[in-house]
Amino acid sequence: MEFDVVIVGGGPAGLSAAIRLRQLAIQHGEELTVCVLEKGSEVGAHIMSGAVIEPRALNELIPDWQAKGAPLNTPAGEDRFLFLTETRAYKLPTPPQMHNHGNYIVSLGNVCRWLAEQAAELEVDIYPGFAAAEVLYHEDGSVKGVATGDMGRTHDGEEGPNFAPGMELHARQTLFGEGCRGSLTKTLFQRFNLRDGVDPQVFGIGIKELWEIQPSLHRRGSITHTTGWPMDMKTYGGSWTYHLEDNLVSIGFVVGLDYQNPYLSPFEEMQRFKSHPEIRKQFEGARRLSYGARAISAGGFQSIPKLTFPGGLLMGDCAGFLNVPKIKGTHTAMKSGMTAAEAVFDALKGGQPHGQEVKSYAERLSKTWMWDELHRVRNIKPSFHWGLPAAMAYSAIDTYLFRGKAPWTLRHRPDHLQLKPAAECQPINYPKPDGVLTFDRLSSVFLSNTNHEEDQPCHLTLRDANVPVAVNLARYAGPEQRYCPAGVYEFVQEGSESRLQINAQNCVHCKTCDIKDPSQNINWVTPEGGGGPNYPNM
Amino acid sequence: MSTLVLAEHNNAALVPATLNAVAAGLAIGAEVDVLVAGEGCRAVAEAAAAIAGVRKVLLVEAAHYAHALPENLAPLMVQVAGPYEHLLAAATTTGKNVMPRVAALLDVAQISEITSVVSSDTFVRPIYAGNVMATVKSSDAKKVITVRLTAYDPAPASGGSAAIEAVAAAADAGLSLWVAEELTKSDRPELTAADIIVSGGRGVGSSENFAIIEALADKLGAAVGASRAAVDAGYVPNDYQVGQTGKVVAPTLYIAVGISGAIQHLAGMKDSKVIVCINKDEEAPIFGVADYGLVGDLFKEVPAMTAALDK
Amino acid sequence: MKILVAVKRAIDYNVKARPKSDGSAVDLANVKMSMNPFDEIAVEEAIRIQEAGGATETIAVSVGPKQCQETLRTAMAMGVDRGILVETDVETQPLAVAKLLAAVIKQEQPGLVILGKQAIDDDSNQTGQMLAALLGWPQGTFAAKVTIDGERLKVAREIDGGIQTVDLRMPAVVTADLRLNEPRYVKLPNIMKAKKKPLDTLTPEGLGIDITPRLTVVKVAEPPARKGGVKVPDVEALIDKLRNEAKVI
Repeated sequence: MEFDVVIVGGGPAGLSAAIRLRQLAIQHGEELTVCVLEKGSEVGAHIMSGAVIEPRALNELIPDWQAKGAPLNTPAGEDRFLFLTETRAYKLPTPPQMHNHGNYIVSLGNVCRWLAEQAAELEVDIYPGFAAAEVLYHEDGSVKGVATGDMGRTHDGEEGPNFAPGMELHARQTLFGEGCRGSLTKTLFQRFNLRDGVDPQVFGIGIKELWEIQPSLHRRGSITHTTGWPMDMKTYGGSWTYHLEDNLVSIGFVVGLDYQNPYLSPFEEMQRFKSHPEIRKQFEGARRLSYGARAISAGGFQSIPKLTFPGGLLMGDCAGFLNVPKIKGTHTAMKSGMTAAEAVFDALKGGQPHGQEVKSYAERLSKTWMWDELHRVRNIKPSFHWGLPAAMAYSAIDTYLFRGKAPWTLRHRPDHLQLKPAAECQPINYPKPDGVLTFDRLSSVFLSNTNHEEDQPCHLTLRDANVPVAVNLARYAGPEQRYCPAGVYEFVQEGSESRLQINAQNCVHCKTCDIKDPSQNINWVTPEGGGGPNYPNM
Repeated sequence: MSTLVLAEHNNAALVPATLNAVAAGLAIGAEVDVLVAGEGCRAVAEAAAAIAGVRKVLLVEAAHYAHALPENLAPLMVQVAGPYEHLLAAATTTGKNVMPRVAALLDVAQISEITSVVSSDTFVRPIYAGNVMATVKSSDAKKVITVRLTAYDPAPASGGSAAIEAVAAAADAGLSLWVAEELTKSDRPELTAADIIVSGGRGVGSSENFAIIEALADKLGAAVGASRAAVDAGYVPNDYQVGQTGKVVAPTLYIAVGISGAIQHLAGMKDSKVIVCINKDEEAPIFGVADYGLVGDLFKEVPAMTAALDK
Repeated sequence: MKILVAVKRAIDYNVKARPKSDGSAVDLANVKMSMNPFDEIAVEEAIRIQEAGGATETIAVSVGPKQCQETLRTAMAMGVDRGILVETDVETQPLAVAKLLAAVIKQEQPGLVILGKQAIDDDSNQTGQMLAALLGWPQGTFAAKVTIDGERLKVAREIDGGIQTVDLRMPAVVTADLRLNEPRYVKLPNIMKAKKKPLDTLTPEGLGIDITPRLTVVKVAEPPARKGGVKVPDVEALIDKLRNEAKVI
């Protein structure tokens, strides 16, 4: 199938790019076909975010979004930043990046559903349920498009009775907006050496729950962030609690994936965090509605790769445009998508051929507000290598004294090299879940509506099948069974032997395993389209 | 007003599900009559007359009622429906086949698979595969209802002495013919249709070890199921898995062996009438839903149970 | 011969339904909706019959709000020739749907109508049977196999404990059970083609059908949580309980 532009991923970046492309085409009377592939069963199914969003990019993309019914229903209100000890909470001054006046608390999934409606009205072809599984290349090495994954292969990889081979989608330009740690993006990094000369990307894992709380305890618009407990001083992490409409509360915890202790479990840290007296009091008589997890890019400015290559480009969080101190990436993802669209439209206008490298995208991006914004905060996250107190002191100096213009840039180290051998670390005893406020993994995954067609090849591939037991279990006490927030990885004792059991059906597509596996032995590839979580209102 | 229950039978004997439907009929509070339509089925009518609490049995005999074909049974029910406010059948494949047709001919709604009677016009029924219970109120003069079997204990099969009243047959609609019926033979019943299910989990440990699960199932005439963990571990094929699409089960007896009770599994079988678990881990969540729990080594207890059932 | 298939837009089978906290209804806000899985099987069967030369045209009909167009497009992407939406925002119960379908069928005159045996939202399992009654047609419910033989239709039906085969005079109504077939995957180019297939919209008023609901939902609630029972000391005690207390073996 032939299109002018194929966009991989129906998130804020991809949809904004699609909308902007069609707006420009209509405005200039150009024929321009745009197709969006989304691996989730529908747009929004795989979207999980806090989220407080800055409407800046949306104002530029669809100025009359309010009239068009965009689901930005809860203006940000009272803002609190707390430092937690095990039993106490101390109010800290809110750093300027974390001020939210003029922002909105939203379900990003619902915002994407709405963006998809806007795109469809502009005649963008959106295909949810189809995963882009492979990048296709022309003979000259430029990107030709993508191929969707095969459907109906059995567990052994054989063609099942309903086998439907993947389809090739060709385009003059292919735009990748896969989100953090995109599986195709990873191959593009290698093929085009896009990461040469930049810092490694670093990541966090965000775990979120959506609750419906008692009206008397609900303060619509309230925003709370915490740092400190239950993280130790060496581990980067913190929480959010946002009160949305309809007595809903979004609560989540982010742990930096540069953590060192292999016994750490981000999932259980999140559960434990909720039990803090300051936090748990909101959840009296509440019920948990949904659960999800997703890795986020935290490297910021110094980790941004080269963005263009012949035939395509990167946008959104697969390029790492998240503003870490702000804990926001939606506005930057959208802005990058829009900027990409503008550059690509100009490059394709008047029937220009395929295979161009749209270098003007990076140039245009560097002149936007988003570039300036990311540049200013570049030193905050890496300063956390020095531990929390030093990092907070440094961040204050960097922010208030240098206003982000310090004449140096702090560097990042790759997350997967940070784990210490288990022998050098203390096991962590997490409290048992009470089934009321705190839960186990499986009852949590249940709420994410996750499923994968049972009979298909495992999409969590191992480069070397011996590594999990011989290295990960032996040296690091099997960290994958703890960092996976969905209970995908289990070490099963069979007689005297241990074996890694991969429950691929549970996978919520957070990509943490692909990032944190100490020997980078796990390669996350796309399962059959439509598989994965079905997040409502996340 | 009174209640008419459609008897399900094979012309020789009453299907026990009828007793559950009678029990639900009695729960409504009015007098309960039973309709027996078949061919040469007097013995069934007598069995129906013996059910405790039944007032009257209507017996209709004709060749075209021999196989409960809905095209013939539904008009017959409509013909005799006059004095009844409630028309009931068990939610078996026969009841589900016939009753909506009756309701449409009467121009009334049907209330499917009720699990309790709130009042004469209000009933509780499961929706969304049992994940939600809906209380619904009918505005129709006649209520056509099917009854979920596991929700009512059967009415006693004896103790009654109802009169048997012969009723004239309606004409053969001539729309359908019965060709054959193959009851599942020696092989095990289908998971979704089985009355008893024995399921194995990760604790069973291997494909070979599943033989002890199968042996117990065969002894009980049960289907064999499995948890997702056991399927994922490759012990049994995918279609054994309880809880996946279309495999929500609600048998009379569910025996979970070596299954810890992940919520996905519980969601697939929690509507079973009686749940038994055998597990060595006393803390396993499955004990939280099991009516009878046995803490022990499944490799010892399951063969012991199979052997003890012979006694 | 034309085949008509009825398709319902229902909650996606992967999504767990949950009552709203006020118990007024099930919370469907921003929940993924799909074609009812049993209706997908019905669509697949219709297409297979057509592909085997047994039908000249396949038509999908849906009843409900505007979004049901997506469900019809899915049916058309699978291979159905055209779609008809009877559009209404009123909650439609099985009797009303059967009446609407009967009205459409009088216009379209299909020789065979296939529906899913039940929808996974209300779990009614009624519409096909009601439709057959209203049309005065025979019904082959819970079909595991369908064979057309001239003017007759053989349907192997899933019944409790086995398979029953019936022989029906056509036209007839069939409802699909799980084992009838395994629906195909929708292919991308076919989704594009489906956008261009005809889709007509009718209304209950236009068809002259009163669709006022006959049942009112008083409340919805989570099912009562199961409580753990007793621990038994050994196998003998267990069997005794099952035989004499629970009376299940």
